[in-house]
This record gives sequence, C-alpha cells and structure tokens, in this order.
Amino acid sequence: MHLDATIATFLIQDGLTNGAVYALLGLAIVLVFSVTRVIFIPQGEFVAYGALTLATLDTGNVPGTPKLLLCFGVAAFLLDLWSWRRDLKVDALVRNVALNLGLPLLIYGAVLYLAPLQLPSVVRVLITVSIIAPMGLYVYRIAYRPLADASVLVLLITSVGVHLAMLGLGLIFFGPEGLRAAPLHDGSFSMGPLLVTAQSVLIYLMTILIMIALYFFFEKTLLGKALRATAVNRLGARLVGVRTQLTGVTAFVLAATIAALSGVLMGPITTIYYDTGFLIGLKGFVAAILGGMGSFPVTAIAAIGVGMVESFASFFASNYKEIIVFGLIVPVLIWLSIGAVHHEEE
Amino acid sequence: MSRNLLELTDIHVSYGRAEVLHGISLAMRPGSIVTVIGANGAGKTTLLNAVMGVIPSTGAILYDGVPVPRSVEARVAAGLCLVPEKRELFSSMTVEDNIELGGFLRSASERGETREELYARFPRLAERRKQLAGTLSGGERQMLALARALMSRPRLLLLDEPSLGLAPKIVADILNIVSELRKTGVAILLVEQNARAALEIADEGYLVELGEVRRSGPAAELAVDPALMESYLGAHS
Repeated sequence: MHLDATIATFLIQDGLTNGAVYALLGLAIVLVFSVTRVIFIPQGEFVAYGALTLATLDTGNVPGTPKLLLCFGVAAFLLDLWSWRRDLKVDALVRNVALNLGLPLLIYGAVLYLAPLQLPSVVRVLITVSIIAPMGLYVYRIAYRPLADASVLVLLITSVGVHLAMLGLGLIFFGPEGLRAAPLHDGSFSMGPLLVTAQSVLIYLMTILIMIALYFFFEKTLLGKALRATAVNRLGARLVGVRTQLTGVTAFVLAATIAALSGVLMGPITTIYYDTGFLIGLKGFVAAILGGMGSFPVTAIAAIGVGMVESFASFFASNYKEIIVFGLIVPVLIWLSIGAVHHEEE
Repeated sequence: MSRNLLELTDIHVSYGRAEVLHGISLAMRPGSIVTVIGANGAGKTTLLNAVMGVIPSTGAILYDGVPVPRSVEARVAAGLCLVPEKRELFSSMTVEDNIELGGFLRSASERGETREELYARFPRLAERRKQLAGTLSGGERQMLALARALMSRPRLLLLDEPSLGLAPKIVADILNIVSELRKTGVAILLVEQNARAALEIADEGYLVELGEVRRSGPAAELAVDPALMESYLGAHS
C-alpha cells in the first residue's frame, strides 16, 4: 500500500490525537521533575487507572480505585502517626484524619452511591478524576516525602518501585482484561476526505484548555510561582517560607489529575489494560526528554512530533514503531551530554 | 526590662567529623544591629545558616525567649529571614515575582502594602520590576535579595556578607540601607568581612576566630581597639 493523500491525512490526524495526549503527559513529567526532581515513572499507572475507572463507571459498576484510594489513605495515615510518635498534636491529628481517612471515605461513599445511576458522561469523567487525583497526594506522602532530600538516582529507583507496585495493584483491582470506555461524545463529521470524530476534537480542546490553565496557574497564582521558584532555586524557595512538602504535594496532585484526564481521553480511542499506561507514559517521557526535562513549550511541540513519528512509523515499519519512537531520544541525549560537559567547565 | 530577641548558647556545628563551630554564644536585643566579624573561614556564614536552620546544629537557639521552631520554613513564619551570601534569587523569574514570593507567608493585602513600601525604598527595583532577576547587576541583586527578605516582614534579619563582590560606592549604599532599616524596628545580625564599615553601623560586635568568639562588646569599643585594628580593620587606613 502506498502513502497517498487520504492515508497521510489520516495518519496526521492519528498522530496529532496521540501527540496531544503525550503533550499532557510530557508536561506533567516536566512539572514533577522540575519541582521535586522525581522522574514520574508511575504516571502510566495513573493513566491506566483513569481509563479503567471510567470504563468501569460506563458499565454502571463500582471500580476498584476508590477502595485502592482508601488503602493509600490508611497507609498515609499510619505513616503520619509513626512520624509523630514522639510529639502528637491534636490539631495535626484531626487534620490528618480528615485528609487521609475522611477524604477517601467520602469519595468511596460518593462513588458507591453515584456509580449505579445513569449519569451523563461528563459527570463520570469528573468522578474518575476526583478518585485518581488524590492518589497523587498519597503516593507522594507514602513514597517520596520521606526522601525529599535524596539524590535524583534514589528518587528514580523509588519511582521504579512505585511503578511496579501500582502495576501489581492495577492487576488486582481491575483484572487482566482490557476495557474500552465509551466515547465522551458519539458524533463525528467529515472534513473533505477526513472523518473527524468528536472524541479527537475533544482531545485537542482538552489539551489546549489544560495548557492554558497550567499557564495561568504558573504565571498568575502565588502557589504556581512558588512551584516555579522551587524549580529554579530550592534553597531560595525555602528561605522565603515555601515548604518543600507543599510544592511536592501540589506537583503530584496536578500530575495525577493530568494523568487521569489523559486516561479519560485515551480510554475511548484504544483498549486499555492494567499495564498499557506504562508505554503511553513513556511516550510522554520521550517528549519531556526532547524538551530537556525543563521546557514546557518544547515538550508540548516535541510530543506532537512523537505522535506524528509514531503514526507514520506504524504505517511504514509497524514492527519497528516503538524502536523508532524511543530512538528519538538518543541524539538528544548525545546533544545534552555535550552541553553538560561544557557546563562543568565553566 | 526587655528580653533578648535572639539568644544563642553553646552552638556547635559539624560538617561530617570536622567541627567548625565550637560553642558560640551570642545575644541580641530587639531592634538592634549586631555584627559578627572575622576572617574568611572563621565560621560566620555557618553561624547564620545554623540560626536559620539551613544546617543542623546543637546548643540552644532561643528566639523571643522560646526555642526556635525546627524547620527553615517555620522560622520564616516566626519572623526570621536570611539573606544568604549567594543571594539565592529566582534568576529566571522577574524582579516583581521575586519580591512577591518573599511575602509567600503573608496575606495578599500585607504583600501589596509591603511591596509599595519596598518600591519606594528601592526605586531601582521598581524601575526594573519586569526584568528577570538573573539580568540584574551585582548591587541590584543584593537590593533584590534584601527586598525579598523584607517582604516577609521579619523581626530578625540575618545578613550574610551584603557587601561581597560589590563596588565601594554600592557597598556604602547597601550599608546605608541596612542602618536605615533599623528605624523600621527590625533587628539585624550582620556578618561582614568589611569589619570597619560593619562596626560603624552596629550596636554590638562579636569577633569570631576559628569557630569561637574571641572578643565581644559594644561596636564603638571594638572599632577603636588597637589589637583588633591591626588584624581586622587595617591599622594603616
């Protein structure tokens, strides 16, 4: 089969759709890395949890994630108790119980009540995000907060551990079968030879919307500026009273929210298994690396590029699709390593 | 009788197995300027970092009569603020954002009010408010570091070598600003290599050598001390 205009436009649309999701994931990775120096490998699990939660809600059943959220909350609660074993303050304990036990119980109760009702898809998406986003909080509390001063390497190893743990938990709570969520909107329209689904338009709109929201958060709010400040100068940020924990939690909750939304957007266009998220997350990671792990705009553009390369590679050399995509990193790493040597000489 | 704002008793700090501060004690009254002078490597910066909680130390740090909180952030909330030797500005952010972040723990209205006061005090920074902090000159960076610290409305300002690497004219400007700050009621613990200039604006002085306090007393007395003049103040000048 030869590449003709129809196929090319189809591939471009496909690449753009996937690229938009990769852009979101890449942004979340850059966000988490610049603020906490954590390479957010478990992101893929958040994506899978998001997609699988939505797909389960579509069938009117209660997904496993609220129960998992409750387990995370209990673990965070116990860890906090342990860290306060020497001086326990009542007000801190009350806050702790509300955040670590009250919040997941509330979400669990709400999901139990809401899941069987035939709710519109937008509400199902909101439920999904409100289940997954707090997981960022607890994962940070359980795995990363005790290591706030550790080296990047230790944090990376931790990330691999968290990824494997969440992968296993995904299998327990969702089982090995893949699920596909219902499209958020069924419609489609044709543009010349091209059939554009409402879902892909939704993906573009959502990506742009999230980027604009992130822009405003980082440029206009004090908390957003504090996150940037932490990324620029960690000591400087502490000296003005910005707590490392606060920026860490914020980065993780934002990243979990973005990952959950990415899962929600991906869920209806491809079948998601408990372990599918990792590969999707890696594509976002490739984009983040192409952006030097620091630049939001370059990451977003690179992500579209990754989507395009993947889409065309699957047409020309489908067996080598992943190799080609991940091969994109190599020249960039060489380029960055040349830059790094130069930097050390200064 | 008013109690001391800051009281250090027997402060020890070690880097690994090497102890660099061997039991420093120091007291300062609210609203006063105390300067710690001494040669390079005497442990002056280490002392300020210990007071701020950036590095761990043993011994008692009483702030306003009670033990100081543990974390850096809690100390900022309590009214301590460090302007470090390396300034630690947010270089890729604007002057305005740097200043605003200085008031991170303050309410929006307090921030707005303090910001206007600071722009009046540092017109140079007001002119450059949209510029990135990394593009400022050395003197302007020091002013920005000071302004950022003042945004937290500190009761105790810890200044580490504010004159380091600056031209003499700008050093005089900065030290003028520091001595004027006293009128706002903020106490200042000033670490300086430029001992003569520091003693001129300070109430009390401490001479630190090799991690120990060698001399202390009213700044005016230290400034005319012949032995001190010889080794730290440059007797010939």
